[in-house]
Amino acid sequence: MTVDTDRIPLKISRYTEGQTTDGYDEYMVPYNEDWVVLDALNYIKDYVDGSLAYRWSCRMGVCGSCGMMINGKPKLTCSAFLSEYYPDPIVVEPLANFRVERDLIVDMDDFIHKLDSVKPWLIEGDSVPPANREYKQTPAQLAKYKQYSMCINCTLCYSACPVASNEPEFVGPAAIALAQRYNLDSRDSGKEQRLDVLMANEGVWDCTFVGECSNVCPKGVDPAAAIQQAKLESALAYAKSLIMPKGNK
Amino acid sequence: MRSIKHDILIIGGGGAGLRAAIAVSQENPDLDVAVVSKVYPMRSHTVAAEGGMAAVIKPNDSFEDHIYDTVSGSDWLADQDAVEFFVRTAPSELIQLEHWGCPWSRESDGSVAVRPFGGMQIERTWFAADKTGFHVLHSLFQTTLKYRSLQRYDEWMALRLLTHDGRCQGVAAMELRTGRIVPILAKAVIMCTGGGGRVFPFTTNAAIKTGDGMALAYRAGVALKDMEFVQYHPTGLPGTGILITEAARGEGGILVNNKGHRYLSDYDLGKPLPIDHHDHPKNRTMELGPRDRLSQAFIHEQTKGNVFEGPHGTYVHLDVRHLGESYIEKKIPFVRELSNNYGGVDPVHEPIPVRPVVHYMMGGIDTDIEAATTLPGLYAAGECACVSINGANRLGSNSLTELLVFGAQAGRNAAIFAQQHGISGENDLLSQTQDEINRISELLGNRAGDEKIADLRNIMTSALEEGAGIYRNAEGMQKACTTITELRKRSKNLKLDDTSLSYNTELTSAIELDFMLDIAETVTFSALRRKESRGSHQRTDFPERDDDEFLKHSLAYNTDDAPRIEHKDVVITNLPPAKRIYGGGK
Ligand SMILES: Cc1cc2nc3c(=O)[nH]c(=O)nc-3n(C[C@H](O)[C@H](O)[C@H](O)COP(=O)(O)OP(=O)(O)OC[C@H]3O[C@@H](n4cnc5c(N)ncnc54)[C@H](O)[C@@H]3O)c2cc1C
Ligand code: SF4
Ligand code: FES
Repeated sequence: MTVDTDRIPLKISRYTEGQTTDGYDEYMVPYNEDWVVLDALNYIKDYVDGSLAYRWSCRMGVCGSCGMMINGKPKLTCSAFLSEYYPDPIVVEPLANFRVERDLIVDMDDFIHKLDSVKPWLIEGDSVPPANREYKQTPAQLAKYKQYSMCINCTLCYSACPVASNEPEFVGPAAIALAQRYNLDSRDSGKEQRLDVLMANEGVWDCTFVGECSNVCPKGVDPAAAIQQAKLESALAYAKSLIMPKGNK
Repeated sequence: MRSIKHDILIIGGGGAGLRAAIAVSQENPDLDVAVVSKVYPMRSHTVAAEGGMAAVIKPNDSFEDHIYDTVSGSDWLADQDAVEFFVRTAPSELIQLEHWGCPWSRESDGSVAVRPFGGMQIERTWFAADKTGFHVLHSLFQTTLKYRSLQRYDEWMALRLLTHDGRCQGVAAMELRTGRIVPILAKAVIMCTGGGGRVFPFTTNAAIKTGDGMALAYRAGVALKDMEFVQYHPTGLPGTGILITEAARGEGGILVNNKGHRYLSDYDLGKPLPIDHHDHPKNRTMELGPRDRLSQAFIHEQTKGNVFEGPHGTYVHLDVRHLGESYIEKKIPFVRELSNNYGGVDPVHEPIPVRPVVHYMMGGIDTDIEAATTLPGLYAAGECACVSINGANRLGSNSLTELLVFGAQAGRNAAIFAQQHGISGENDLLSQTQDEINRISELLGNRAGDEKIADLRNIMTSALEEGAGIYRNAEGMQKACTTITELRKRSKNLKLDDTSLSYNTELTSAIELDFMLDIAETVTFSALRRKESRGSHQRTDFPERDDDEFLKHSLAYNTDDAPRIEHKDVVITNLPPAKRIYGGGK
């Protein structure tokens, strides 16, 4: 690829079912400093090669669908500006640690299943307010879990996670952060049920606390901190369960 | 061909669709429910809603006030029975969402906090900082996970409604992963596919907002109501169209032109109070006027040369600097993030460049207060539906509430319908699916075509912007109608580069373009027929509201030719049509 002052080279990983070798296509895209990588992909799709497949929707960093590897790092393509890379070539690949379905699209089934497995809904306790009244929750109580409620399910953290790459069973950063989001919510009483899931062997114990997940998270969720907290709580719960078998407290 | 069967089928996994799904299970847990969505539910565009969600909850507020604000905001085109039901049901729906875990922002005593919003007399907009829709959608999605009777078809795209015996009984849908097209049959169907802002070039709407469900219903013979009413939000970032929420003004932000003047004071929106005045921002005044009036004011300022010129067109300034960094971080952090990332300014230190941007479609599938359409077995809710509580201009923060109120209404009523009806005429339903398979195969295999999707889409969106923008006239609209009719023909001749079946996103774009052309034609033809100015539909050739002729909903029906436009009366109960007054008094 040659350097061109108003254009920028993109090298994009391509895959169609049945393909056996790794394949890349290279495109020259007009360079526009306002453009994000997603704009470049859209340009290619609209004017150069309509067969390029990738996911996107909101193009404002909130729907979580446009995550890809850009020069080897997991990023939201709608938040990664061409100007961060120009004039060097940009390599775009599907998110690491996921099975590729097509071009830049990966299989999300397993991730969705993991989210579901941590029971990410409010589990009511004994003191539910009447139907015409809200729970009281002070700003300080809200602040306890707020950060963990900001996850957009983009799965960048799974692509960055060394445990996820070795142990596909690992429930993973975002799912654990989501479990903590409810565990720490003053309205919730489901912590014990969720810890059961996390304590299972594909749970939090596998994390070696590398913290890569928090580094790549575009929303400041800090899943690594959630994992540490969950570990601590699971250890306590485990110790407690040895003394007091469940249902017998 | 094998069919899939469910009691109830919901098309769309946004706020409306998920609320409907839960409502079915609440009504009758034995009913099995399918939710078909072309994206994973949490990617739905409800996720992008920022500012908040209106419901009367505080002691200083009243149902009457919320009703009045909504009806006057609608320029009297809303159906008042529907508005009344909406306003009265809203609080319990929002509290329920609170019980499901939505992280609402709070007062120091732990009760939910409310903020002012445009066109509302009293602060009644609940919010979760400025990511309300994101939290609403994720709370709903996570809550649906506990209902095991609910089966999701994520990344399946609805292509055509299946009808037999005068009833809607399912949909032909394509699994995007494999490209296979399957009939999903059901005793009742609920359409929750959201809006279609993508028919315009400059919009806050996500790529998926292509009006699919509206087009599906239209093709099945249901009218699209009030399609000419398209909301321009006054504050989008130039270039990208990314929304800067009205909450920025609700918290005290001001709009200023290139002379440093708070120009809204020149447009019957009241007098500007100083930014440090204890009454600023004043409800229903200046920056808290309704969106239609604010967007129109921009156009006048542009004509007067009072706007800034930038690489992405003209703009004015939205200034929130006086709120200070810590307040901005607490109340509108996303505004800061978006302005920084996509507008290149930090609102703590600089004003934000903004201009009007297409945001919301007031019109949609003609439904009644029961969320039922005229096709038995088909219900609709959310932005794709038109009940109508929004009339000629929606008030900010009423839409998210509408998703819950009418999503739940649709779910309950569909559940009742499904218990009284079975699936009939399966062979007919399968043969309709086969027709659809043939149609899509033809599109996929058309080697002779020579039209590009992007070209046709660009022509369509420019035609709408030019012909059906903030100010309209007969000549411009006529031209847009002609262009859309031509594009219809040209779209038969598309050429696709992608011939594969798995995640053929070029094919889905082609299908979406076809849906959008339906939306575009109903917008332009309905607009042409409404010879008055009301709310968001402003005509330079008919500048006045005309209640004698047009206190009526427009109904656009599909034909082989141009749409047939009919009209029907608006429901007026307690509030006879009056002048809309902002900037003081009612
Ligand atoms: C940027 C932005 C900010 C906003 N802020 C506010 C606010 O603060 N307050 C407020 O009240 N309103 C706000 N609105 C408006 C409000 O968010 C929307 O009107 C509302 O979220 C629409 O919800 P919905 O459930 O009807 O549709 P969506 O959330 O758009 O969901 C549509 C669903 O239908 C599915 N679908 C569509 N077509 C097909 C098909 N062919 N086959 C299968 N599935 C399909 C999609 O996958 C998706 O799941 C905002 C809108 C925007 C764009
Ligand atoms: S924790 Fe962060 S990186 Fe992981 S899915 Fe959520 S938002 Fe994405
Ligand atoms: S497109 Fe939605 S997060 Fe990037």
